[in-house]
Amino acid sequence: MSFVLACPVCGTREVTDFRYGGELNPRPAAGSAPSPRELNAYNYFRRNVAGVQREWWNHRSGCRSWFVAERDTRTNEVLSTALPEARP
Amino acid sequence: MNRLPPQPGERIDRARQVSFSFDGRRVRGYEGDTVASALFASGRRVFSRSFKYHRPRGLLCCAGQCPNCLVTVDGAPGVRACTEPAREGMRVEHQNALPSLRWDLMRAVDQLGGRLMPAGFYYKTFMWPRRLWPLYERVLRGAAGLGRAPAPQQERGRRSDYRRRHADVLVVGGGPAGLSAALQARRLGADVVLVDEGPEPGGHLLVTGAHERARTLATQAREAGVELLAPAAALGYFDGLVPVWQGDTLHQVRAAQHVTATGAIEQPLVFAGNDLPGVMLSGGARRLAALYALPPGGTAAVATVTEEGLEAAVALLELGVRIAAVADLRRAPGGAALERLEAEGVPVLRGGTVVCAEGRNALRGVTLARVDEHGRPHAGSELRVPCDLLIVSGGFAPAGSLLAQAGVKAGYDEASGAFLPPAALPPGTYAAGTVTGLRGAEAIELSGRVAGAEAAHALGLGDAASRERLEQDRSRLDGLRSAVPEPAVPPPSAAGGKGKCFACLCEDVTAEEIRHSVEEGFDSIELSKRYTTVTMGPCQGRMCQLPSVRLMARETGQPLADVGLTTARPPWSAVPLGVLAGRPSEPAKRSPLHHRHREAGARIKWAGDWRRPYDYGDPHAEAMAVHEAVGVIDVSPLGKLLVEGPDAGAFLDRLYPNRLSTLEPGRIRYGVLGSDAGRIMDDGTVARLGEQSFYVTTTSSGAGAVEEWFSWWQADWRMEVRVTNVTHALAAVNLAGPRSREVLAGLTSLDCSSDALGYLDARQAHVAGVPCLILRIGFVGELGYEIHVSSAFGEHLWDALLEAGSGHGIRPFGLEPQRLLRLQKLHVIVGQDTDTESNPYDAAMPWIVKLDKEEDFIGRWALEQTAERGLQTGLVGFRARDGVVPAEGAAVLVDGAPAGRVTSSRFSPRLGEVIGMAWVPAEMAGDGAEITISDNGRTLAATVTTTPFYDPQGARLRS
Repeated sequence: MSFVLACPVCGTREVTDFRYGGELNPRPAAGSAPSPRELNAYNYFRRNVAGVQREWWNHRSGCRSWFVAERDTRTNEVLSTALPEARP
Repeated sequence: MNRLPPQPGERIDRARQVSFSFDGRRVRGYEGDTVASALFASGRRVFSRSFKYHRPRGLLCCAGQCPNCLVTVDGAPGVRACTEPAREGMRVEHQNALPSLRWDLMRAVDQLGGRLMPAGFYYKTFMWPRRLWPLYERVLRGAAGLGRAPAPQQERGRRSDYRRRHADVLVVGGGPAGLSAALQARRLGADVVLVDEGPEPGGHLLVTGAHERARTLATQAREAGVELLAPAAALGYFDGLVPVWQGDTLHQVRAAQHVTATGAIEQPLVFAGNDLPGVMLSGGARRLAALYALPPGGTAAVATVTEEGLEAAVALLELGVRIAAVADLRRAPGGAALERLEAEGVPVLRGGTVVCAEGRNALRGVTLARVDEHGRPHAGSELRVPCDLLIVSGGFAPAGSLLAQAGVKAGYDEASGAFLPPAALPPGTYAAGTVTGLRGAEAIELSGRVAGAEAAHALGLGDAASRERLEQDRSRLDGLRSAVPEPAVPPPSAAGGKGKCFACLCEDVTAEEIRHSVEEGFDSIELSKRYTTVTMGPCQGRMCQLPSVRLMARETGQPLADVGLTTARPPWSAVPLGVLAGRPSEPAKRSPLHHRHREAGARIKWAGDWRRPYDYGDPHAEAMAVHEAVGVIDVSPLGKLLVEGPDAGAFLDRLYPNRLSTLEPGRIRYGVLGSDAGRIMDDGTVARLGEQSFYVTTTSSGAGAVEEWFSWWQADWRMEVRVTNVTHALAAVNLAGPRSREVLAGLTSLDCSSDALGYLDARQAHVAGVPCLILRIGFVGELGYEIHVSSAFGEHLWDALLEAGSGHGIRPFGLEPQRLLRLQKLHVIVGQDTDTESNPYDAAMPWIVKLDKEEDFIGRWALEQTAERGLQTGLVGFRARDGVVPAEGAAVLVDGAPAGRVTSSRFSPRLGEVIGMAWVPAEMAGDGAEITISDNGRTLAATVTTTPFYDPQGARLRS
C-alpha cells in the first residue's frame, strides 16, 4: 500500500508520514444516555465501507494536526482533506 | 596485464592502479575496473560456483543481469562482480564452493550426472524418516544457498537513509531512449528524475561504439536540469512509488508520470554445456572489450539469432580475436557484418546454431550444426570448432518487469519472438526504447522523445508547437516501427549434445527437469516455477524466463501466448536488506543524562524506545539506599505535556474520569486516562501550575499516544486550550528517600518543610541555581521529589544532587530497583500490570472514577455499566510462600485451570519475602485468599493482599 495525502497544513506527503485514525465515528452527545447496544456499536462497530469513506488522519511526522480525509478504500484515491469543522 | 590497446570508450584509468584480495590473493586492476574485469585481467575465468551442482561458472553478461559472478565482498554475500567497482583494499571471496573454488565436493553430485538431484529432490528425498530431518536440514543448509550471511551483528553494519523525492516525471533506464525522454520532458518544463543501474548512463551505446552519443545525451540531460541518479537500481513499482537504491540511500521516488525505458536483455541459448566458462553473451563480450580493454578470448565461435551477434563478432575480429566459425539461425541473414565476416574467410552456417559445448572447467570447443525448426541437427552439417570463447545471442527479451508491476500485461509477439507491452498503457505510464520491441538507433531515441513529450503534455506543459512536433515524431516513429527486421526465434534446446542444458543458471534447473516437471503434472508456468524454482533466483528471470516459457510451450504443446509469463514481483534488482531497513523512523531515545549513566557504569537496557539504566550494578543495594537514606533516578523519559488556556481545566475534566478543574494551583492529582470503552490507556500526574496552566505527566512509552489522544479530541471539541509536548525539552529526576528533604533543602531557598511543601504539592523554584519544577510525589513509596528542569541543565542538576547528597549516602538507582520499590506499594505500571482490557474498577482503583461528576467525560457510560455489573476479575497483591519468584506472566490456577496471571513479581530484600501482583477471579480478590500459581511446571502457593506490602498507611510518603 502506498499513496500520498495532502495535509491541510503542510501539503502533500507520503502516507507513512501519517497515522490513520479510522473512519469518522461520532461520539454520542454529551449528557445523553446511550443504551448498551448503542454504546457497543460506537465503541466496537465500524461500517468499513468499500467505497468513499470519511476518516481521521494525524500528520504524526509533520505538524501533528488531525484532519479529515475522504478516501476511496478500494483504490486509495484521496478525494479531499480538510481540518475538521468546529463543532458545538 | 593482458589488456588491449586503449579503447576509445574505455572506463579504466590506466594511470591509477587499485589492488584488492580475492580468496586471500592480491589482484591488481585499474581505477574504473569492476571486480570482475580486474579478476578477468589477472587471468581468472571462474569466480564462483553454481547454486545446486557447484559447477564452475564464468562471465556471461557482464552487465549485472546473470547470476554467474556472485561473490562475497567484505563479508556481504551475493555481490555481482561484474558491476561492483574495484576498490583499494576490498576483500573478495568466492561463493558456493567447498572446500575451495578449484576443488569442490558437491561437484561430485554433478559429475555422477543423470538424475541424482531432479526437480523436487529435497521434497522427495528428505521426507522420511522424519526424525532425521534436523540432520538433513543441517547438511542441506550447508550445501544449498548462495553465499553465507554475515555473522549476527551487534550494531547495524550499514548506515542507510531514506530520501523521498516527488517529481513530475520518473524515467527508469538511462539508455538512449530514457535519456531522450528525460531531456524532452525537462525541456518542456517538467521536474525529471532519471535512474540508471549502470555506473554510467548510456545503455548499449557505451559498448557499440556510440559512447560519444551516450555522453552527449547524458551531458545535455544534466545541463537541462534532469536529476540523474546512477548507479541506481529501480527496485519495483508500488502503486506509483518506485524505490531506487543508490549506495547507502533508498530514494522513494513518486512521480506523476512514469517512463519505462528499461531496455531489453540479451538471452542465452539452451544447449548442452551452455553454462561452461567461456560461453558469453555478445553484449558481455563487447562490454569486456569496449569498457575494460579485455580480449574476451583468443579464438571464438559465434551462435546468434540476431544482427547484434554478428556485429559483436566483427568488433572482436577487429581487436584481434580469431573468429573460427559463425552459426546464424536466420536462414537468410545479410548485411554489412556478415559480408565483412565472409570477406575474412569465416565459415558461416546459415540456419545453424550451437548443438553442444565441450570442456571440463573451461570451454575447449563447440559443435555447430544446421538445425530444423525443432532444433534437431541435420545429419552431416555438424562442424566441430575448437575455441575458448563462444559468443551467443539468443535474441532480446524486453525488461518489462517494472511495467508488469505497474499493471501492464505483456503479450507474445510472433513477429519479434518476444513478450511485448501493448501499445496502449495505463494513464501516466509510458514505455520507450527496446523494452517496447523497437530496434535501431533512430527509432529508439525517437521513441524516448515521444514518451517524454507525452508525459510533459499530460502534466499540462508544452504548447501548440510542441504538440505539433509530437505528432510529427509519432508518425515518423510509426514508419520506423514497421521497418523492424524479423529476427529468428531460437529453438528451446538443440538435441544431440551430451551434458546438461541449463534453462536457469541461478537455480541450476535444466531443460530436462522442466520436461520431467511437466510429466509429473506441473504443466503451467506458475506451477513449474514453484516446483523447479526456475526464474526464482537472483536474476529474477532475466536470463531464464523466456527459455523456460519456450520449453514449457514445447512440452505442453501450448502456444507461447497461452503459457504466458510468471508474475513479476519486486525487487527487480537484488538489494541488501540493510538498505531497505533504512534508518529507523523511531530512533533510540536517550535522556539528557545518558552520558552520566554511562560514566557511572550503569547497565543500559531498552525500555520502549528509550535506552535507560536498568541498574548501577546492585539493584537491591540501590533499593535499600532509597529506604534508608536517599536515592536519585533519572525519570526524563516520562511524557510531559503542558495544557494551557481558559478551558484547560474543563478540557482535562472531559478526558479524565476524576476532577481536575477543581485542583488548586500548586497541587497535584493522580489521573488515569481511559477510553470510551472504559479501558485504562495511560496514567500519570496532573499538576496545576496556574489558573490556566496544567502540567501533565504520562508513562514513558505513552507520551506520543497521549499527545495524539489529547489533540484528537481537541480537533473535535475545539476548546480554548493548547497542548504542547515538552517531553524532550525537560529532564526530570526523582529524588527519594528519608533524607531527600535534607539534600533538596541544601540546594534551594524554597521552604522544604512538610508544612510548606507537603505531599502532592507542586512548586516552581531554583534548585542548584537553575529554575525547576518540584513535584512532591512518591511512586517509590518514600518521601520524594520529582524535579523537572530544562534538558540543558539536566547534567548540572544531577551532578549537584549527587554532590549535595554525598554526605547523606545518596546513590543513583535504576529501573529495576524502582520496579521493586513501587511493587512494595502496589503502585500499578500501566502496560505491565494492566492490558488493553483493564478498567479502573478491576484494577483496584475505583476511587479514581468520579461518576458523580456533573460533566460528561470519556469513558463515563462504559464505567457506569462496569460499576453496576460489579467486579469480574481483580488486580491484587500476593505473597508467595515458598520463596520462589514466579515468572511474570505465570498462570494463576483455579481447580487446575488457568484463571488469572502474575503481572509483577520480585524478591524484596526489605521485606524478606517474595511479593507480586496478579489478576485473579473476583471471588479471590480479597485479603487472605489462597491462590495457586503455576510457573513452568512448578506449583506455588500464595496469599492475596489488597493493601500495600510496605508502609500501608503512607506515613513515610507523607512525612
